[in-house]
Amino acid sequence: MIEHPSYWTHVFTKLSKNKIAWLSGGLLTVILLSAFFAPLILSTDPYRGAMLNRLNPVLTSGHLLGTDELGRDMLTRLIYGGRISILLGMAPVILAFIIGSCIGLIAGFMGGKINMLIMRTMDVFYAFPSVLLAVSISGALGPGIVNSLLALTIVFIPQIVRVCESSTTQVRQLDFVSAAKMSGASTFSIIRVHVFPNIIGPVFVYTTSLFSVSMILGSGLSFLGLGIKPPEPEWGLMLNTLRPALYTHPGLAVLPGLFIFITSISFNLLSDCFNTAMDIKK
Amino acid sequence: MFLYVLKRLIYSIPIALSVSAITFSLVYLASGDPISAIAPSDAPEEIIQSLKTQYGLDQPLPIQYFKWVARAVHGDLGVSIASGRPVLSELGTSLRNTVCLALIASFIGISLGCLLGSLGGLYQDTFIDKISTFVSLIGVSIPHYWLGLLLTILFSVWLGWLPSMGASSSPFAFDFEHLKFMILPALTLSVIPTGIITRTVKSIVSEMISKEFVVALQARGLSQFTIFKHIAKNALPTVLAVGGLQIGYLMGGSILVETVFSWPGTGYLLNIAIFQRDIPLLQGIVLVLCLIFVILNLFVDVLQSLIDPRMRRGVNHD
Repeated sequence: MIEHPSYWTHVFTKLSKNKIAWLSGGLLTVILLSAFFAPLILSTDPYRGAMLNRLNPVLTSGHLLGTDELGRDMLTRLIYGGRISILLGMAPVILAFIIGSCIGLIAGFMGGKINMLIMRTMDVFYAFPSVLLAVSISGALGPGIVNSLLALTIVFIPQIVRVCESSTTQVRQLDFVSAAKMSGASTFSIIRVHVFPNIIGPVFVYTTSLFSVSMILGSGLSFLGLGIKPPEPEWGLMLNTLRPALYTHPGLAVLPGLFIFITSISFNLLSDCFNTAMDIKK
Repeated sequence: MFLYVLKRLIYSIPIALSVSAITFSLVYLASGDPISAIAPSDAPEEIIQSLKTQYGLDQPLPIQYFKWVARAVHGDLGVSIASGRPVLSELGTSLRNTVCLALIASFIGISLGCLLGSLGGLYQDTFIDKISTFVSLIGVSIPHYWLGLLLTILFSVWLGWLPSMGASSSPFAFDFEHLKFMILPALTLSVIPTGIITRTVKSIVSEMISKEFVVALQARGLSQFTIFKHIAKNALPTVLAVGGLQIGYLMGGSILVETVFSWPGTGYLLNIAIFQRDIPLLQGIVLVLCLIFVILNLFVDVLQSLIDPRMRRGVNHD
């Protein structure tokens, strides 16, 4: 038997020839690794400030990116801040992907009344504009990282369910699924072998496009004071606490937002590259 | 046609009811007792009880919900706990302010998005295509609250052209005195629809341009402009749907921008309601914004089916 390269090998070969994929992927890797290994690469403490050293401008000796309103080193806090911001970008999307694609698969494969029940329930969540839903859930639950993660996950589940359900419904009507049914394959193995590999592409690409949305929204919740509580370093919260310095130290006050922007644009570029490599029409 | 509108209308009713139920129950996710926001923690038990009776908080939840819906239908959303004023009157001006902002932002977003998207789709792999790709990437990637801060620094701090926060205190009118407060927040808010609509229009136009009917039109020697009119007509329903919903998303999502610019809209009010634990106000704002979104959805669907009769075939998506 001839070994054909698998679909994913094909996708990654295509990706490896894309310069933008390398650039954005590389940037993301650097940001992720430095956030993850922050205690190993930095000897400074993100929580320790010095009231005499408040609001030092960028390129002060000893503080490459200056100090914040409590005299804490900005570079340290920005690197540590990536931990929670990126967590807020990725964890809700991954959770929503796992839960949403299961629900979507069930709805799409079962069809009929079950489909109707699930999809009409999702329609209700669709009737909330997503930012409003996230803000009101975390506003009701109160600030805290777990509540933010929960609010964001609830926002993304219906969207992933919709994408997954529509792809599953299309695949379910194809001949090879009927053939598998007639040959007596169990529902679970039909879904696992015949349906899942055929829908994972579009659902995956859609999911990757949500990372940046989730991070912007998650940091936005902290910016509003609904997410992470001080003194935790987090980009959105830092943007909030530095706001009074906007008029006197604009260069310093906008730095955390720049980090959100760079990370989010890298997520989006990489997602677009996946989209092209997997040849999915939106 | 009439039947379709009717079906779509009836379908919105359960959605609206479920939305109201979720909005109502949202508040009971909260750990804090709403009464704690008005009564001091050492208040005697009988005062707390009488306050609970006054706000109807002593009754079982389903009863509270039905009473709330019944009153909401008559336009009574209760009384704000913090200010003691009716929620509806608190909402009035702020709703107008948010609608203004959302309409201006989506107008900028839709026109710029259609322009850049069609140019990018028509002239693929040219300089203009690169610009449209760039704009749509920035639009979906930039944290708009951060862009708001950047614009504040540029136009308020450095150039001093525009005010950085608040709204004009004189009575509302469409003049520069009022408009100048709106420019920065509206511009900030417009990056999201600009990005999304540029991307949508570009993908439709570039897909459409390789279709057989366009090739046939070209073969008949029609002018570029006439051909574009055919493409535009086919792209219109989708653009309308995406654009129409953006207005709703902007209204619901304006809280971040309104906080940056202290714009006295629903988002700003929502922020106050959350931090003061003003439950009736919170419920009222979320309910009104969601109902507007449901109505907008209905409106977009009906308008879409007017333009494109193929849409009328089924109310259900499958």
